[in-house]
Amino acid sequence: MDAPNTDLPQGTLDLLILQVAALGPVHGYAIAQRIQQISRDALRVQQGSLYPALHRLENKGFLTADWKESETGREAKFYKLTAKGRRQLQSETENWRRVAEAVGLILRLADEDAAS
Amino acid sequence: MTWLGRLLHGRRLEAKLDAELRDHIERAVADKIRAGRNPAQARREALLQLGGLEGLKEECREARGTVWLESLARDLRFAARTLRLSPAFTVAAICTLALGIGANTAIFGLLDAVRLRSLPVQHPGQLVQIVIPEKNGWGVSQNENTLSYALWQQLHDHHRPFSGVLAWTDRDVPIGDITRMRRVRASLVTSNFFHTLGVQPAAGRLFRDDTCDAGVVLGYGFWQTEYGGSSSAVGRRIVIDNIPMEIIGVSAPGFHGLEVEHQFDVAAPICWLRTMQPTNDWFTRSDLSWLTVLARRAPGWSIEQANDYLRAISPGLMQATIPTGYSTQVLSQYRAFRLQAKPAANGISRLRTRYSSSLYLLLGVTGLVLLIACANLANLMLARASARQREFALRLAIGASGRRLIQQSLCESLLLAATGAVLGAALARLLSMSILAFLNNADDPLTLAVGVDWRVLAFIAGVAIACCVLFGLAPALRASRMDPGDTIRSGGRGLTAAHARFSFQRALVVVQVSVSLVLVVGALLFVRSFRNLLTLDPGFRSKGVLLATIDLSHAHAREKTVLDEIRGMPRIDSVATTTNFVVTGGMWHLGVHAGAVLNSSAFTWVSPGHFATLDMPLLAGRDFTDRDRNVAIVNQAFVRRFFGDANPIGRTFRTITEPNYPATDYQIIGVVKDTRYFDLHSPIEAMAYAPQTSNDDYMLAYIRSSAPLGSIISEVRERLSRLHPGIAVELHPFRQQIDISLTRDRLMAALSGFFGALAVILAAVGLYGVIAYIAVRRQNELGIRMALGATRSEVIALVMKDAALLVGAGAFIGTVCAAALASTAASLLFGLRPRDPITYIAAIAVLAAVAVLGAWIPAHRASRLDPMTALRCD
Repeated sequence: MDAPNTDLPQGTLDLLILQVAALGPVHGYAIAQRIQQISRDALRVQQGSLYPALHRLENKGFLTADWKESETGREAKFYKLTAKGRRQLQSETENWRRVAEAVGLILRLADEDAAS
Repeated sequence: MTWLGRLLHGRRLEAKLDAELRDHIERAVADKIRAGRNPAQARREALLQLGGLEGLKEECREARGTVWLESLARDLRFAARTLRLSPAFTVAAICTLALGIGANTAIFGLLDAVRLRSLPVQHPGQLVQIVIPEKNGWGVSQNENTLSYALWQQLHDHHRPFSGVLAWTDRDVPIGDITRMRRVRASLVTSNFFHTLGVQPAAGRLFRDDTCDAGVVLGYGFWQTEYGGSSSAVGRRIVIDNIPMEIIGVSAPGFHGLEVEHQFDVAAPICWLRTMQPTNDWFTRSDLSWLTVLARRAPGWSIEQANDYLRAISPGLMQATIPTGYSTQVLSQYRAFRLQAKPAANGISRLRTRYSSSLYLLLGVTGLVLLIACANLANLMLARASARQREFALRLAIGASGRRLIQQSLCESLLLAATGAVLGAALARLLSMSILAFLNNADDPLTLAVGVDWRVLAFIAGVAIACCVLFGLAPALRASRMDPGDTIRSGGRGLTAAHARFSFQRALVVVQVSVSLVLVVGALLFVRSFRNLLTLDPGFRSKGVLLATIDLSHAHAREKTVLDEIRGMPRIDSVATTTNFVVTGGMWHLGVHAGAVLNSSAFTWVSPGHFATLDMPLLAGRDFTDRDRNVAIVNQAFVRRFFGDANPIGRTFRTITEPNYPATDYQIIGVVKDTRYFDLHSPIEAMAYAPQTSNDDYMLAYIRSSAPLGSIISEVRERLSRLHPGIAVELHPFRQQIDISLTRDRLMAALSGFFGALAVILAAVGLYGVIAYIAVRRQNELGIRMALGATRSEVIALVMKDAALLVGAGAFIGTVCAAALASTAASLLFGLRPRDPITYIAAIAVLAAVAVLGAWIPAHRASRLDPMTALRCD
């Protein structure tokens, strides 16, 4: 059986990154791991698209970055959510919920149609 | 970090990006090792998961948003390096560009100052000049656009379309007392002059609109130099023409008067002069025109409406100002005059009328030279681009976008164009200063503000960009449009010359040759025209003759006395007086009735000895004596006009009456040879000479001497000043004055000659470049031919035939274009027609000679090639 399609729809990667960063300062590798972890392995982040997305969000001002000493002893780049980023996260989450609800309604309707 | 910050810290950000990605990989590897992989496997898997590292870095870079600027900077640096590596090409390219751009900018700057710039007054677009277009030489006029005082008064009273009508004239007046007298330029203005123009005072106040001020206004420049810009100058007295006047104010800086190339030192009110001399002819006689009249259009009045109004009231105004003392026929001419309003936002300019067509022509010439220079550069850069074909093909194959290659090629041309433009701007200032110095002369100092303003800068930038596009685009487009596979496979060369590939370069050379021919034809036309003028026998002698202008009004001396004194000086050969100097003076016409013929003739009143002093041979009859009255000596043109072939000696003619010149009978006692009189360019006029009656105010004399003129000048001036304090003497060598009248022709000859020579050299260099390039490309073919038995001369002939075709095509097109364009310059030429065949043949010969030289060198070099080397080389 084919593995279930777990590629992220476009544009949602940003949303997920912001959500993960909202939980506290985190570096790039950890973000990828955490997304995988929290979604119970349902989502697998295409690692190649993670870093361009991170840099884009940083340039837009939603994230700030700091080079701090990490647990491995090396310096790592830690991303943190800014106030602007927090606002963006809120509005994007609202959007997502609204879209998900609408899509859910339509799908339920289609289901009921199919059942009847 | 802001965008600018990201731009400036590019290198640091790169390092950080690298560290970040490496950190990710280390963590991934560590995790995988913990999960049980061995280190090599773990590393491989981690790298695979991340994806192509360089591609990732590229995407992150693009996210920064500064990539295009960084690549541009990199390309510029690379272009600078490649240019530095071929110094000969770079220096030659920048020099030709600088010369071309500089020349264009200089001439454009002059045109801008003379033609395009508006007056520094309020709303210059509303200003118009009021003239009578059909007046020609009617009456006595300072120039053809002046009106009489009576007419100005009428216009001042009937000025419905205008919110103000002002008038002015310029005079040189002496200031200071007898011991320190010198001349300054005075503007005589109506009292509403400053108010209507909207000029503000820099100190004190300006003339009041309603009353007549008994004082003068200083020009800003004069105020700075004479009074050091001190405000105590206001209220002081200044002696003008022996009359003390009060200084009531200073005009704004930047306002130099209404005439573009002159500036006024003082402004005096005309109304005040009138109260001093109410019966002066200049105010009472309406056939004396000496005022330039300007008006400001009232709101709501367009120029057409103003003209309609003027046309309607003209008959009434002319009738109200009708002069006395003329015949009815002449007066009906006057009544038919119509006033007209012309736009005057750019002020009045004699330079404009005399030089504007020359300047436009020169702008065209320099534009064409720049075109040739750009064509040259295009060819050279195409050659360089072809040498780098393999490199471009490789880059295209690896994945560079065509846009990127175009950007890189354009950067080189951008650098060249920008450097050329900057140097050209500096050169432009030098060139325009020298052209102005050329046009300047001590009598008539020009003060043209040829500065660098935004219009000139925009022009330079536009020209530079056009150049860049012209010679940079072709190689850039060619670079990006190649099929990389073909190029790499063929090794970048072909065995035979692919004529299609060279056609663009050949076309460029043909264009260069034809444009050069046009320029050479132009140069030859102007140089020959100037030479015709220089070698023209004007009919009189100018070498060793001085022109003396002596003002006796303040010296209480009689003309006869001064004349005798000069005659008595040692080393003076002869002296004669006249009422008009030849060539440089004005002209006086009177109607003449001789037998059945009614026409007009020019008149000059001279003293005895006039013809001998100027070496004008008397063909018949005799010269004047001191006792002669009512006799005349006429020139051949006069005889032809009034008497045909008959002998005129002893016949009489009568002048037609005019104010101050009652009808007089003259008996002809001599015939003198024709001379050029008013202008060397104009055809010969009928001229009658009559004995001069004494004038104790003002004296014009020719002084002839074989001694060095400089010493004579100082001797005469010193002697006369000693004998008659208060006398004003001006002396100039005659030859110098004639040269001044030829300035325009000399300017055209010099500049067009210079640019013509430059164009020929550039075309030759271009031809050399292309032929050399083609010969190199055909090396294999030529090697094969020589190996098969072609002689050296046959190879040369082969290459030369190619060149001859190009030159022939260019010469043909050039001749056709030159013939078409030459007629536009017809008015500036003297003594030859614009389609003069000798000039064209000479031009083609010059071009052919230079082209042969340019093509022979590479042909010769190609023929001395060792066939084996030619075949082997890649």
